[in-house]
Amino acid sequence: MTVGLEHYLAVAAILFTIGVFGIFVNRKNIIVILMSVELMLLAVNINLVAFSVYLGNVVGQVFAMFVLTVAAAEAAVGLAILVTFFRNRGDIAVDDASVMKG
Amino acid sequence: MSLIAIAFYLMAAITIGAGFGVISARNPVHSVLWLILSFFSAAGLFVLMGAEFLAMLLVVVYVGAVAVLFLFVVMMLDVDFTALRQGFARYMPVGLLVAVVLAAEMILVSTTVAGQGAARASLGPQASGSGVDVTNAEAIGRVLYTDYVYLFQAAGMVLLVAMIGAIVLTLRHKPGVKRQVIMNQVLRTPATGMRLANPKPGEGIEG
Repeated sequence: MTVGLEHYLAVAAILFTIGVFGIFVNRKNIIVILMSVELMLLAVNINLVAFSVYLGNVVGQVFAMFVLTVAAAEAAVGLAILVTFFRNRGDIAVDDASVMKG
Repeated sequence: MSLIAIAFYLMAAITIGAGFGVISARNPVHSVLWLILSFFSAAGLFVLMGAEFLAMLLVVVYVGAVAVLFLFVVMMLDVDFTALRQGFARYMPVGLLVAVVLAAEMILVSTTVAGQGAARASLGPQASGSGVDVTNAEAIGRVLYTDYVYLFQAAGMVLLVAMIGAIVLTLRHKPGVKRQVIMNQVLRTPATGMRLANPKPGEGIEG
């Protein structure tokens, strides 16, 4: 039994779905939502690397590196916004986040 | 069952199980720890595929930087996390339905793509460089620093902007904290820096 491309794609699909599910069920906890987004980006990276390896083209891995960069930047800015929001409100409930508009 | 298959199924099971742990843990600190485990085993999957450089990058950047950042923030914020879990049971059925449908669709599409699409011509995992003697990191470097050098610089700019943004967002000036202001020091003259007083005996000087 050999491990083929479809096995890696299935793992990535399940991981992405877990990320979506995490956003659904943890609607109020923005920290877990951010972690779910990281899981989804990891699934995308697994997809990119799997196709890159199985098609023999290294560009997919270069692109996965850029995805990694953007994910790290997103996490940093997201957590900074979260800290600022917590300082102003004393809470991190996302439902109240609409007060930020305007 | 070959050793590679055993390793693959072990890593895949740990990755997915830890992913479930991330979204279902009651304590966000546990969530972060599950996230670290998930990234670690995903790095193992990358090694299995032959993408060693990205695997090490994943360990260094995610486990070493992003996960620790999450840990810091979770521990820094003094929040009642049980109150944030209120909608868990309410959104569970709909979320489960959507998740199952989404997973079924994506697995169906990916098996079809792997069997019939452009990936059909693939011969299996192969050395991802142009030659057999080229390591994975060298193969990436050859492409990254030539064809994609502008994108590489742009990624650096993204990181710079994110860093400045994070600093600007979290920096705050507390009132009552004395800071060194270089300009005021330079602009200070003998006339402004001292005051002559002539106190009467026994009265002293007002500040």
